[in-house]
Amino acid sequence: MSARAPRPYADPYLTGVGLGLVLLAAFVLVGRGLGASGAFATAAATVVDAASPAAARANAFFADHLDAGGLLRDWLVVEILGVMIGGFASAALAGRLRLAVDRGPRTSIAERVLLAIGGGAVMGAGAVLARGCTSGQALTGGALLSVGSWLFVGAAFATAYGAAWALRRVWT
Amino acid sequence: MTAPLTETGALGAAGALAAALLVGIAFGWCLERAGLGNARKLVAQFYLTDLAVFKVMFSAIVTAMLGAFWLSRLGVLDLSLVHVPETWLLPQLAGGAQFGVGMATAGLCPGTACVSAATGRGDGLAVVAGFLAGVLLAGAALPRIAGFFTSTARGVDTLPARLGVSQGAVVLLIVALALAGFAVAGRIERARGARRVA
Repeated sequence: MSARAPRPYADPYLTGVGLGLVLLAAFVLVGRGLGASGAFATAAATVVDAASPAAARANAFFADHLDAGGLLRDWLVVEILGVMIGGFASAALAGRLRLAVDRGPRTSIAERVLLAIGGGAVMGAGAVLARGCTSGQALTGGALLSVGSWLFVGAAFATAYGAAWALRRVWT
Repeated sequence: MTAPLTETGALGAAGALAAALLVGIAFGWCLERAGLGNARKLVAQFYLTDLAVFKVMFSAIVTAMLGAFWLSRLGVLDLSLVHVPETWLLPQLAGGAQFGVGMATAGLCPGTACVSAATGRGDGLAVVAGFLAGVLLAGAALPRIAGFFTSTARGVDTLPARLGVSQGAVVLLIVALALAGFAVAGRIERARGARRVA
């Protein structure tokens, strides 16, 4: 989409400190941290509710995520919309907007998309079980010294290294 | 104590949602700047060729942890009013293990997938769709494994309480671990010829 050469990514430590300050701002402003999977849980509950309100209310997990009072009033949903706006703006200003499929050198687009959907689904079910993801558990719970969050980080990265080794032909 | 602002009444419901949008924009900006909206850069972490994920995540955790610790010490932030994720030992170990397998397969996590999709990447959009499907299916199946899902509940359980030491001691330990980790990460990258994903 951009004719300019993309600018290189920023320094990871500098960006990390910036991200930490954003997380701290969330603690100070609203007394909670960042999240991503919670917004998906609300979206999923809204889908179920649209199909069958009775089914949504009968399921404790979906019912919990409907209590915020509608999709746009849910804090995490608004935050995730912001994430997409912020990511888009950053990429636009750095010349990094591009219609593309990021994948390994030996992986076809079809294979990459199938693995993305399958991997995403496995990850989604894991996030339900763990009650959060890399944002809500690893970053937020990690900074707040939650025992379960640090268990989540340890388990997730341990199996990710194992799975990446098994998938080395896909990615390298 | 003057914060959290929503808890002290300084910020109402509309203000909280405005904060959600601004915090989200800054969050997405940071993820994109660091290159974490690019699945190739994210998975390079697992092949030890580009450790940006580790550096970004750990420096973010340390920054927010130190900020929360000192703002609480200075009497600005009441940490007892900040929502700490609760602990369920076994479900979070199992869920984390499953999450890691999915992350290495998908090449992105939920937040970075949103950035990837928003910047035009089809694989990011596919991860977003897959993740939503996984949450839907697992949510529907949850009543059948309710016993396991609610097992080993520990409520708000923190490392200082669990280890029987002060919060400051744990904060110091994590800072030391992070600094050691950053030094090791630099050595690994140099040994692997620093093939950073640009």
